[in-house]
Amino acid sequence: MARAVTTRQKTINSLAAWAVGLLIFFPILWIFVMSFKAEGDAIKTPLEVLAAPWTLENYGVVQERSNYSRHFANSVILAFGSTLLGLLVAVPAAWAMAFVPSKRTKDILLWMLSTKMLPAVGVLYPIYLLFIRLGLLDSRAGLVVVLMLINLPIIVWMLYTYFREIPGEILEAARMDGATLHEEILYVLTPMAIPGMASTLLLNVILAWNEAFWTLNLTAAKAAPLTAFIASYSSPEGLFYAKLSAASTMAIAPILIMGWFSQKQLVRGLTFGAVK
Amino acid sequence: MFLKNALRAATALSLVTVGSAYAETITIATVNNGDMIRMQGYTDDFTAKTGHDVEWVTLEENVLRQRVTTDISTKGGQFDIMTIGMYETPIWGANGWLVPLNDLSAEYDVDDILPAMRGGLSHDGTLYAAPFYGESSMIMYRTDLMEKAGLEMPAAPTWEFIREAAAAMDDPESDINGVCLRGKAGWGEGGAFITVTANSFGARWFDENWQAQFDQPEWKEALTFFVNLMNDYGPQGYATNGFNENLSLFQQGKCGMWIDATVAASFVTNPDDSTVADKVGFALAPDTGLGKRSNWLWAWALAIPAGTQKEAAAKQFIEWATSKEYIELVAANEGWANVPPGARTSLYENPDYLAVPFAQMTLDSINAADPTNPTVKPVPYVGIQFVAIPEFAGIATEVSQEFSAVYAGQQTVDEALAKAQALTTDAMEAAGY
Amino acid sequence: MATQHSRSAARLMMAPAVVLLLGWMLVPLTMTLYFSFKKYLPMRGDSLANGLDWVGFANYARFVTSSSFWPSVYATLVIVGGVLVITVILGIFLALLLDQPMWGQGVVRILVIAPFFVMPTVSGLVWKNMFMDPVNGFFAHVWRSVGAEPIEWLSQASLPSLILIVSWQWLPFATLILLTAFQSLDQEQLEAAEMDGARWPQRFVFIVLPHLSRAITVVLLIQTIFLLSIFAEIFVTTQGSFGTKTLTYLIYQRVLESQNVGLGSAGGVYAIILANIVAIFLMRIVGKNLDA
Repeated sequence: MARAVTTRQKTINSLAAWAVGLLIFFPILWIFVMSFKAEGDAIKTPLEVLAAPWTLENYGVVQERSNYSRHFANSVILAFGSTLLGLLVAVPAAWAMAFVPSKRTKDILLWMLSTKMLPAVGVLYPIYLLFIRLGLLDSRAGLVVVLMLINLPIIVWMLYTYFREIPGEILEAARMDGATLHEEILYVLTPMAIPGMASTLLLNVILAWNEAFWTLNLTAAKAAPLTAFIASYSSPEGLFYAKLSAASTMAIAPILIMGWFSQKQLVRGLTFGAVK
Repeated sequence: MFLKNALRAATALSLVTVGSAYAETITIATVNNGDMIRMQGYTDDFTAKTGHDVEWVTLEENVLRQRVTTDISTKGGQFDIMTIGMYETPIWGANGWLVPLNDLSAEYDVDDILPAMRGGLSHDGTLYAAPFYGESSMIMYRTDLMEKAGLEMPAAPTWEFIREAAAAMDDPESDINGVCLRGKAGWGEGGAFITVTANSFGARWFDENWQAQFDQPEWKEALTFFVNLMNDYGPQGYATNGFNENLSLFQQGKCGMWIDATVAASFVTNPDDSTVADKVGFALAPDTGLGKRSNWLWAWALAIPAGTQKEAAAKQFIEWATSKEYIELVAANEGWANVPPGARTSLYENPDYLAVPFAQMTLDSINAADPTNPTVKPVPYVGIQFVAIPEFAGIATEVSQEFSAVYAGQQTVDEALAKAQALTTDAMEAAGY
Repeated sequence: MATQHSRSAARLMMAPAVVLLLGWMLVPLTMTLYFSFKKYLPMRGDSLANGLDWVGFANYARFVTSSSFWPSVYATLVIVGGVLVITVILGIFLALLLDQPMWGQGVVRILVIAPFFVMPTVSGLVWKNMFMDPVNGFFAHVWRSVGAEPIEWLSQASLPSLILIVSWQWLPFATLILLTAFQSLDQEQLEAAEMDGARWPQRFVFIVLPHLSRAITVVLLIQTIFLLSIFAEIFVTTQGSFGTKTLTYLIYQRVLESQNVGLGSAGGVYAIILANIVAIFLMRIVGKNLDA
């Protein structure tokens, strides 16, 4: 596996990779920089922006104007709630598909994925009317369910691919030893599946955190997450780059930090069964 | 933040124990414009007076429209007060979706609302929304550049003069564009501007039988004039410039003239944001001598959706936010130039306010706008920069997208007008005209 | 291998997921189908409570005969296709680069995957204002500093600009999946080929690409599903002007801007049909490729 690599080669690789990495990361870095600049400085040339004095003023204004902590709490509840609920529903389904496959397993999987292709805008009225009838508008519970349903196909598929990589013989052996289905899942399968479940959780928390159509259209004040928070800073009258940057930083930082800490799981886990 | 909440809770508590009305929490959907954000900052004053708490849902204009329209047409009941405009109010009022504001208190003095605003926010004589601020449009120009060009801005110029002045002031070397105008797609952006321009050229959206009129020579003349003016003396990329982009250009001293909302006057004369604050003059929007000027009429207003459980508290809020006292509150804290303009007659009788340089011209522009008689030729509709029918927002957005493609040099005036005619006819058919 | 017992247990275990998704698909779908045959103009006072008029296939006919229909199909295909091509090609290149030994590999990886964590609304807003704005945007400043005329990205090059924004968001995803695939590449096979005198392009085409085919398929599949319904990026940047009106956006315009729910629902049905055509097409290639 490990090939001897000259230092020269490694240096070139490193330089190239760092250059590309910084290029890709640059827009995020730039939001971050701008969020600490005065509104009037943020529209200047890049060098002038960098040279301008740093300030926390924008964060103060955003904090003053919006109830960030509530939006943040809602985002956390929606993202984790919907994903955990999704896992609860998806684990048995994926288990069944992986270990008791039938002719139709693949069809069911792909059908599930195809439900994701329905354009949300096309069904806004039906869902809105349904939510009124059920009294779920602007409720976290309603949104948790919707976000769960949106991501369920992805969750099922990811889990299915991880479960399939678990050798069936181990389960056979457990069964021989007289393990019940319940025990089999709890003591044999779960420990082996935890890494896969962790990456599934991560990816879907990210997807739910970033979902911006339903979270915006089915909420008002109480259940509105950070996507709604952002909508109050985009394109107001007058200059807004710095405040938008501060609000954007506050909206993406939590998930970015979570992602960074768990990038090993994400990198290792994101295969969708692509690797065999 | 904590202190503020604690204070709010304390005032609310004391009022509950002392006062009569019990406290409610009302949810208000509003747009993220400067005046509304300022209003949010004064929420504590309202809470102290009435004991009611307010939940703000502040959204960008397009998101707000999408949100409140869905909610009102399905009777979702998510908001106790919605911030809507002069376009929505009469339509929603006619549908019975809004609570009539016909029992406001005597001290509120509903007769003090400017007649043009009151008319535009009523249906069949009933007021359905109270104006928070109102606007028309007018010319804002650089007095220094005008002088340098050796010209003098008449109080009521023609489009020909605007072209002449733009040519004289245009100075690409110093990064100054003769004139900055809206070209951005969207019925409330470039769509509004080209519509009022067309009005002054004698064009109209529909004839008396609701037939689209884009195949008529007046539209071609108006659009051609606009495109030539902007291509010759406008900023690069004006096809994507809306109110905000032009505001920023003008504040940075990159425009000789800017014709836009009267509320912009307080931004361009504010030395904190504007590099040209002391060099701005004002004039009525231009015409072509046909009897109609190219200025619009608009108000951002507060309305109560029918069916809310908190109608009484919502009315109290509207009375507070659109009252004379609110204007005084803002004036006392931030100066007269920053009060919400264009809503009340008494504001324009106040000598303190009339000392603000743009006050008189704003009032004159508002008075020069007549939504019931917006065009040279007769039309079956009400509204100046819009047509007060439910289909208009969709149609005009698509039409303005065709026009913006002309501004970006992607199609000709004739192609755009032909497409506009076809899609308007089609949409009107779909709506059953 | 599977017994009758385990089969029925399996069915039971799949039931919640299948039933929920079936409900999530069928309920709105039925309502959409119902609305698509009705005249439903909420602003004109039509509502479910008052009963809606039956109009047959009028909405369907009107939706496709609109001058915006074919351009919207075209815009959809160009955006989806463009993003797929860019993310796959750059993704392979990036994965290859990240797979090499280097200093600070972990940090570089973090930098590369970061865009994936950014909300589509935020990324649309940031690209539009801070980067592509022809006056105050970053690119405009750079262009001017070298004496060039700034590009009006979102009007003169609207589709490429959108593709750029969306690709930026999805490149990390493609890279991650391809990177995992690279890591399972049989190095010995590569080395053997190298010794046999195969040059790098040959090794790439005959060994690396076949190995990646499965990963590429997955990238194509998952991304297509998400890309067909992109909305926020267009909503905050061009609002559908300058030829960026995708099918999804056209439906939005019909339902929410024109307030014609019947017409928009007919559009929704077309979009569902399109999605299913794509799905069947994908199932053909993916199904084959995913069978282990």
